[in-house]
Amino acid sequence: MNLHEYQAKQLFRDYGIAVSEGIAVSSGEEAEKVASSMNVQKWVVKAQVHAGGRGKAGGVEVVDNLKDVRKFADKWIGQSLVTFQTDEKGQPVNEILIETCTDIDKELYLGAVIDRASQRLVVMASTEGGVNIEEVAEETPDKIFKAEIDPIDGPQKLQADFLSSSLGLNSAQCSEFNKIFDGLVKLFLEKDLSLVEVNPLVITTSGNLICLDAKINVDSNALYRQEEVEQLRDKSQEDPREARAAEWDLSYVALDGTIGCMVNGAGLAMGTMDIIKLHGGEPANFLDVGGTADSNRVAEAFKIILSDENVNTVLINIFGGIVRCDVIADGIVEALTVMGVSVPVVVRLEGNSASKGIKILDDCELNIIPASNLEEAARLAVKASKGEI
Amino acid sequence: MSILIDKNTKVICQGFTGGQATQHCIQCIDYGTQLVGGVTPGKGGQTHLNLPVFNTVKEAVDETKATASIIFVPARFCKASILEAAEAGISLIVCITEGIPTIDMLEVKVRCDNLGVRLIGPNCPGLITPGESKMGIMPADIHLPGKVGIISRSGTLTYEAVKQTTDLGFGQTSCIGIGGDPIPGTSFIDVLDLFEKDDSTEAIVMVGEIGGTAEEAAAEFIQSNVSKPVVSYIAGVTAPSGKRMGHAGAIIAGGKGTAEDKFKALENAGVHTVKSPAEIGKGIAEVTGW
Repeated sequence: MNLHEYQAKQLFRDYGIAVSEGIAVSSGEEAEKVASSMNVQKWVVKAQVHAGGRGKAGGVEVVDNLKDVRKFADKWIGQSLVTFQTDEKGQPVNEILIETCTDIDKELYLGAVIDRASQRLVVMASTEGGVNIEEVAEETPDKIFKAEIDPIDGPQKLQADFLSSSLGLNSAQCSEFNKIFDGLVKLFLEKDLSLVEVNPLVITTSGNLICLDAKINVDSNALYRQEEVEQLRDKSQEDPREARAAEWDLSYVALDGTIGCMVNGAGLAMGTMDIIKLHGGEPANFLDVGGTADSNRVAEAFKIILSDENVNTVLINIFGGIVRCDVIADGIVEALTVMGVSVPVVVRLEGNSASKGIKILDDCELNIIPASNLEEAARLAVKASKGEI
Repeated sequence: MSILIDKNTKVICQGFTGGQATQHCIQCIDYGTQLVGGVTPGKGGQTHLNLPVFNTVKEAVDETKATASIIFVPARFCKASILEAAEAGISLIVCITEGIPTIDMLEVKVRCDNLGVRLIGPNCPGLITPGESKMGIMPADIHLPGKVGIISRSGTLTYEAVKQTTDLGFGQTSCIGIGGDPIPGTSFIDVLDLFEKDDSTEAIVMVGEIGGTAEEAAAEFIQSNVSKPVVSYIAGVTAPSGKRMGHAGAIIAGGKGTAEDKFKALENAGVHTVKSPAEIGKGIAEVTGW
């Protein structure tokens, strides 16, 4: 689950991490009022969306009069911001963060992420902060400094010292950095985060360290014990179909093709998409019905798949381990009967109770195209989607 | 021969009396697994599936001499359950549960490693040595005792690989789903090493997927340490890169992690790759000449 910048910065403040001062607003009028109360001559106004690349897309501006603050807020609130990290529809802007302007001497980078390779929380810092950090990482990886946090021993002062000295900070800045480092690691571990990023972390013209941006991603598996963080969820930033699927414990991602897929297991779901493509078809979605699918969830999965107007064929591929194929078959029959599905439905059932499931489908009077293996299922689905069956 | 479990392995189940655990323990017992008891705190002294229930893993180990445990407890209790088993002298832990917070796994992984305990999973289908013992939720009847070792990050794709090698009559020595979580207890490399050293395993199937760099690391390992033929499929060539947030994930991965990168790394290491999940069995036939 992602947080907005203003929410992330509040968490930073709670953990004693220095951030730029600002207030989030949700209307032009409020924007003007808040900006005038800040008692400064220059503001940074930032559209709040769950995506990076906002600056390049026009979602961040420096303005020096109240009229322009209002203009920026009126322009973006209610609109969508498209950046290189969003899809072509972009993300809706509901709030603007208004901040006092910071005079920057130097831009640094600070990030923390769970690294699968080292199996550690890794804190990364670089002198090359700013918009091109990914290029820096790829072309000059030696300019990214890393500290791996031991899960038992926790963060060590030596690690903070290593990063601050690598960043070339003076001694006063080093102690400021150490405070940020400690706060960041503590925040990460206590709030079950999966990613924190500060780009840029700046040295101000007066020589202090301040986090100008803040991105936080929270481990969704841990939300049961992070009630306060869960309150910060902004559903407007999530794809409505994906959000609806998630409510049913279905994992759904919309794609551009014509063959709707319903599969158990993420790996097999991706494999099914791959094999459709190999046979010349285009998958319309990724959908994992999960390990405990019942007939209600199968019905819901059908609704979500068919809400995509491009879908002209449905391929159901179930290899039952926990999932019982007879339960899935009942769900398919029920959904098709109730919903009056008009597109061809190719079904491949294998594994747990597969023969019972196949019998249920054989005995029903519905237009179901059975397939005995994955290869055949993909071939038939692609044929059906091209109107060849 | 096989790896990790055989017909003599004594197994307990944690979360024994729960619904999922009960259903799958029945299937394991039917398959021949030496399930010798289970643990459900507060239900010690009772009998379930004609087996003794204990309050703690320690009591279960003392009483039954079990060396392996299969865990079905809810995600929020898994960290405690895994550590309890590891500290009670269990040497092989299989955790089926999905949805464990990653931060819990960081510590669990280190503690298991320090104790020399093998953890499979979490979020995995478990493992099976066909014809001997099953510690997992895989459908038993698709397996056949034989000569292919199978490792996979994905549950249902493991079944796909198993079915194909069974249909072609090759069979399997052992099949292990290591799970798709960011911090798995056991890696591809761990299992590749075990299969390389297992005399009865003649060929290996490795099924990976996009994300992380485990397949790239496995490719490097195979190049210098694995003499047996390896066939590999990576799921997710067509998966969209999706909405990203920030750069840290990309920076840490250093430009690796796509299906193309993984296929390339594996091919460079001499692995026979297949682009379709339906051609895994065929791939084994091609590299072995069977």
